[in-house]
Amino acid sequence: MLLGRSANGLYWMARYIERAENMARLADTGLRLALTQSNAASDEWASVLTSAGVRDLFEETNDNFDTATVTNFLLRDTDNPSSVLSSIDTARMNARMVRTALTRETWESVNEAWMALHRMLRHRVDEPDLPAVLDAVKRETALIRGAFQGTMLRNEVFDFAQIGTLIERADNTARILDVKYYVLLPSAAWVGSSLDNSQWQTILRSVSALRSYRWTYDGDFNSSKIADFLILNRRMPRSLAFSYRGICDSLDYLADEYGERQPCHELAHARLTRLKSADIADVFDDGLHEFLSDFIRDNAALGNQIAADFRFY
Amino acid sequence: MTPFDEMRLGGQARDPYEDYQRWFDRQDPKRLKKKADDAERVFRRTGITFAVYGEQEAAERLIPFDIVPRIISGKEWRRLVQGIEQRVQALNAFLEDIYHRQEILRAGRLPREIISNNEAFLPEMIGVRPPGGVYTHITGVDIVRTGENDFFVLEDNARTPSGVSYMLENRETMMQLFPELFQQVKVLPVEHYPRLLRQSLNAVKPQNCEGAPTVAVLTPGSFNSAYFEHAFLADQMGVELVEGPDLRVVDGHVAMRTTQGYKRIDVLYRRIDDDYLDPLTFRSDSVLGVPGIMDVYRAGNITIANAPGTGISDDKAIYSYMPEIVEFYTGSKAILPNVPTWRCSEPDSLAYVLDHLDELVVKEVHGSGGYGMLVGPAASKKELSAFAAKLRARPKNYIAQPTLSLSTCPIMTGKGLAPRHVDLRPFVLVSDRIRIVPGGLTRVALKKGSLVVNSSQGGGTKDTWVLDD
Repeated sequence: MLLGRSANGLYWMARYIERAENMARLADTGLRLALTQSNAASDEWASVLTSAGVRDLFEETNDNFDTATVTNFLLRDTDNPSSVLSSIDTARMNARMVRTALTRETWESVNEAWMALHRMLRHRVDEPDLPAVLDAVKRETALIRGAFQGTMLRNEVFDFAQIGTLIERADNTARILDVKYYVLLPSAAWVGSSLDNSQWQTILRSVSALRSYRWTYDGDFNSSKIADFLILNRRMPRSLAFSYRGICDSLDYLADEYGERQPCHELAHARLTRLKSADIADVFDDGLHEFLSDFIRDNAALGNQIAADFRFY
Repeated sequence: MTPFDEMRLGGQARDPYEDYQRWFDRQDPKRLKKKADDAERVFRRTGITFAVYGEQEAAERLIPFDIVPRIISGKEWRRLVQGIEQRVQALNAFLEDIYHRQEILRAGRLPREIISNNEAFLPEMIGVRPPGGVYTHITGVDIVRTGENDFFVLEDNARTPSGVSYMLENRETMMQLFPELFQQVKVLPVEHYPRLLRQSLNAVKPQNCEGAPTVAVLTPGSFNSAYFEHAFLADQMGVELVEGPDLRVVDGHVAMRTTQGYKRIDVLYRRIDDDYLDPLTFRSDSVLGVPGIMDVYRAGNITIANAPGTGISDDKAIYSYMPEIVEFYTGSKAILPNVPTWRCSEPDSLAYVLDHLDELVVKEVHGSGGYGMLVGPAASKKELSAFAAKLRARPKNYIAQPTLSLSTCPIMTGKGLAPRHVDLRPFVLVSDRIRIVPGGLTRVALKKGSLVVNSSQGGGTKDTWVLDD
């Protein structure tokens, strides 16, 4: 038996842990670009902010798309609800609310990550220290994931957290692709240019998939392969198909446990079926941007349906 | 006068501390210092914190933990237990009486206006019989000591006493830090408290509840200063931790919203005050409670622990009558005496208190947590005169007590052991029978000479040992 409020707390705890990590990864991507090609840096930072879904918020209080300003906004700004600091605060607040549902190891890993990140981000981070800080953020969230996956009983508690992680991850991957979709659109003028390659690498790097892509596709950077990898590849842990496979698994476990299927089950399975049967050529034909915007909208709708079906509120 | 030190008497360890002293003498002070630091790290990592009200940021603080245990012999403890049991029996009999026939008022042993003019008296509870006839399911009895055989009850906490999680975590921490010590000194265990609490709550389920009752702990939420404890107890008992918005009245029962719909609750261990319990009956602006829960309660469909209205028994104005109350209901003299108390509502007493303000401790009748009190000997002239004005303006609001020479127990400081004042809060469970785990929460004033042990005022805690002798 699980309180609706606890299910909600688990779901958002997991979403915000995932978000903290995604923010660090996005900042890392931007930083690499800023280091390698200084003239285009501000464009890249602007697109990083768009991917993170916080560009409007950023522009309310900032005009400069430079490394110091943007990374500070992504890492430390508590007016930015998705910054690393805000995310870990929200994650811990939720974890604290549901701590009796968590193993001691999981709770302590969240609490320790919260303490460590507050220590690291107490002051503005100097640019030379950024790589180390970003690594530390990823390490802390990896420790949480390790404690969670390694110690939690596979029950409803696990499933609601898992669903939160994967909804957030799918949203993040879709956004990154959407912001960069123009790079993936085949255009004779761009193919083979060096800008092209580095842009594609950016996409892969921002979902920590550069090396896996090389393994899978033998280093051949190609728009349809990259889109296929991030959207349809079922073995790539940040792809949309992988995320939905996991969401459906967890929802199915819940249905078994509760002896009841809900509207959210149909929604998630319909989406998974589409991802399974789709061909990347069709996705391009119908328009990558349209596909991704639909996905982002439907993904959010699934989250709301899950909240309603399991009485989060 | 030097206060009574519980560890040393005339340069020698007192009996209960003999084994500990022997162990202590063999320890390297540097190692002990490191252990103390380890303890703080453990508390931070596990998130055993509390929030201090009134601070700008609702920062989470640690209650400082001292690594020197407070030790009580089995003999001392057995005497305390007798006194405590007698006292909680009297408290429950008093509550039953005051919300029904009011014999004690008819007998003239207690002035009527002390009940009728008291905000802690809940007219809504008149004639209501709680399941099992139990009012104070959990009571914290604050005890102070002034000499070898001199124990006093400083106050009763019959509403929602807190601190038991510290009793449990302090022991856990000591056993982690000094496992060998527990092989050399036989200490009675306390870790079964959550199990006893669960048994105790199960035993007072509503009469028409069949089978095992569903128990839940009601917390005001994660911003409350004692949230850690609420979560801890729910966890240890294996029951749900609920908040007001999780609950609603469904078909005449209180039920909690789960991922599979509403599920009935039979016993609610609530950690919110009476005022917030039911916006339909008490404060209408409360979002912490459950609209309609009082109707369910009156219909006998839920046990609320502690029962609403118990505040009338631990009110500081009532406290001064506790010797009479104990005698009236148990037929014998109180085994544990009260601290002599002046009721400022009485003109003679008020005059005395104003004359001797610099020697007395003055407390608000309805206050708790050490807020709004005056410690005469420690106060400046200015503070004294400001307080005198408050006293004259609202004498009924205050009681006064002599500044007791509280016993001390050493704490570990940078310069080694140093004596500090302590008190003791054992936790008493009342249901089909009375259950008390051997121990309690020892609070210690960390500042030299200070008598204020409240955690909100800079006090710390110690592990409390009752010896198996």
